[in-house]
Amino acid sequence: MIAYIVRRLFWMVFVIFGVMTLTFFIARVIPADPVAAVLPSNAPDEAIEKERARMGLDKPIWVQYGRYINGILHGDLGVSIRTRQPVMEDLIRYFPATAELALASLLIGIVIGLSLGVVSAVKRGRIPDHAGRMFAIWGLSMPAFFTGLMLVILFSHILRWFPLLGQMPAYLRRPPHVTGFLILDTMIAGNWSLVVTELRHLVLPAFTLGWLSTASIVRITRSSMLEVLPEEYIKTARMKGLRESRVVLKHALKNALLPTITVIGLRVASLLEGAVLTETVFSWPGLGRYVVSSFLSIDFPAVVGVTVFIAFLYSFCNLIVDLLYGYLNPKIRYT
Amino acid sequence: MLGSIRWRDFSRHILKNRLSLTGLVLIFALLVFAVIGPYVAPYDPYTTDPINKLEDPSKAHIFGTDNLGRDILTRVLYGARISVTIAVIVLVVSGTIGTLIGIIAGYFGGGIDNILMRITDVFLAFPRLILAMAVAAALGRSLNNVVLAVAFTTWTIFARLARGQALAVKEEDYVEAARASGASSWRILFVHVLPLCISPVIIQGTIAMGGIILIVAGLGFVGFGAQPPTPEWGVMVSDGRNYLPTAWWACVFPGLAIMFTVLGFNLLGDGVRDILDPRMR
Repeated sequence: MIAYIVRRLFWMVFVIFGVMTLTFFIARVIPADPVAAVLPSNAPDEAIEKERARMGLDKPIWVQYGRYINGILHGDLGVSIRTRQPVMEDLIRYFPATAELALASLLIGIVIGLSLGVVSAVKRGRIPDHAGRMFAIWGLSMPAFFTGLMLVILFSHILRWFPLLGQMPAYLRRPPHVTGFLILDTMIAGNWSLVVTELRHLVLPAFTLGWLSTASIVRITRSSMLEVLPEEYIKTARMKGLRESRVVLKHALKNALLPTITVIGLRVASLLEGAVLTETVFSWPGLGRYVVSSFLSIDFPAVVGVTVFIAFLYSFCNLIVDLLYGYLNPKIRYT
Repeated sequence: MLGSIRWRDFSRHILKNRLSLTGLVLIFALLVFAVIGPYVAPYDPYTTDPINKLEDPSKAHIFGTDNLGRDILTRVLYGARISVTIAVIVLVVSGTIGTLIGIIAGYFGGGIDNILMRITDVFLAFPRLILAMAVAAALGRSLNNVVLAVAFTTWTIFARLARGQALAVKEEDYVEAARASGASSWRILFVHVLPLCISPVIIQGTIAMGGIILIVAGLGFVGFGAQPPTPEWGVMVSDGRNYLPTAWWACVFPGLAIMFTVLGFNLLGDGVRDILDPRMR
């Protein structure tokens, strides 16, 4: 087990290194001149030369590469051209909003996904099964931005149940910064009515993103339930006279949960992807919006920084899933 | 094993399953619109008509008009052709590259396999949409670059699949026989291994199609893909959202087009996966 973890960590380091290299080369082919983004178009030649030297663009490519890797290893991702802040600080500022959104949507995805998966398996081949699978596939087929817009039309414009955009009304003051997580900070400040408002802001974006996750969770829960339900010990449990709900939830689901946990872990990673579109629709001040605006303005350091950061998060989630899976399933051999 | 599936059994299962049949019908409709769309479209997709902007759906404009007075039905029909074309080119490009890399890795094994698969791992370490956005931003925003950007993130699926297939095939007796009779490695690779990878790659391609169309539309929506006035569905939804909720049609109809298209591929893909994994039936 230890050897496996060590090897897995070694690969992760290798992959991260590859990620940094690949990102560097993608960014290098940007045809737009990063200097032009900072200086006005009528800047004198000397000023341009000076700025190039300041950015290190006059050095040979391998020197630039070395500096870049060295910078990242020291937690320095450069300074964003657009926000004029260190990219690392930007990432730390925008990350909590995305994390809140991702956690809430994962919760929604798990609750809906598990229940539909169990119902589908138990009522296999009948209407609830078809309906459950249909709902899941439908969610997978909706572009996140379209789901978001439809929910906004229905629940914000027509029914007026939920607020339109953002994490909280812009005219209210944010709670003092403690953790950076808005809802947590508001709780710490003891402003409970604002917590309720924030939760109402969270509902639509979280559902938009959560619906995407239900599909894979329903599918895997259903299939592993179908595998477990014919087992002898389920029959035994029934013969003992246990209630069906208890047999299904306690005996079957508990044993069917392992593959589901893997899929849930993998969903955590891909939530980042859906977050880009969801945050754009709901003006959610998180990493996704930061990605879009820095990419659109070809903000070279921000593009590189945020891409490496996200790839790191993504690989880290996958690593945790792998290790967790090995821990939960002793049958797996680490050879 | 994917390769051993007989196409006749395959089509029988697909036609028996109501959900995948629905998917097939949706895909067929999409293809029909992509082919005949421009011939039956009532208007020109680019001609603006400011006097009739943001008109409600009516007899003259079944899906209404957008903020520049262009007919939305016409633009949705043209969009079908754009989406199908992009998705097919992406599939061909990424399928070819992925399959070649996969069979080379699987067949030669050892160091080559290790290097190629680690490179694949690096690509898999990025969320696909983010990587595609980075590439599209780097190359410049245009429809052609969308194809490159999405293919850049899609080939890994096929590489892994083809590698597995090549690993299985290279142990077969007839490959051994070909080698004994003096065939070169490259000949064995292209004559004996490659053909057996083609049907699994096509099957996997069908499953991947929905995801590809979603990424293309997503890129268009956030502004990295096709640029206005191209009637690409993602771009149209993005344009239309500024006129919500009054002129809902400008955004809803292109969105529904994306949804039904992706739904078609996902329903079919779901049926295909059930066939490959008989426990799920």
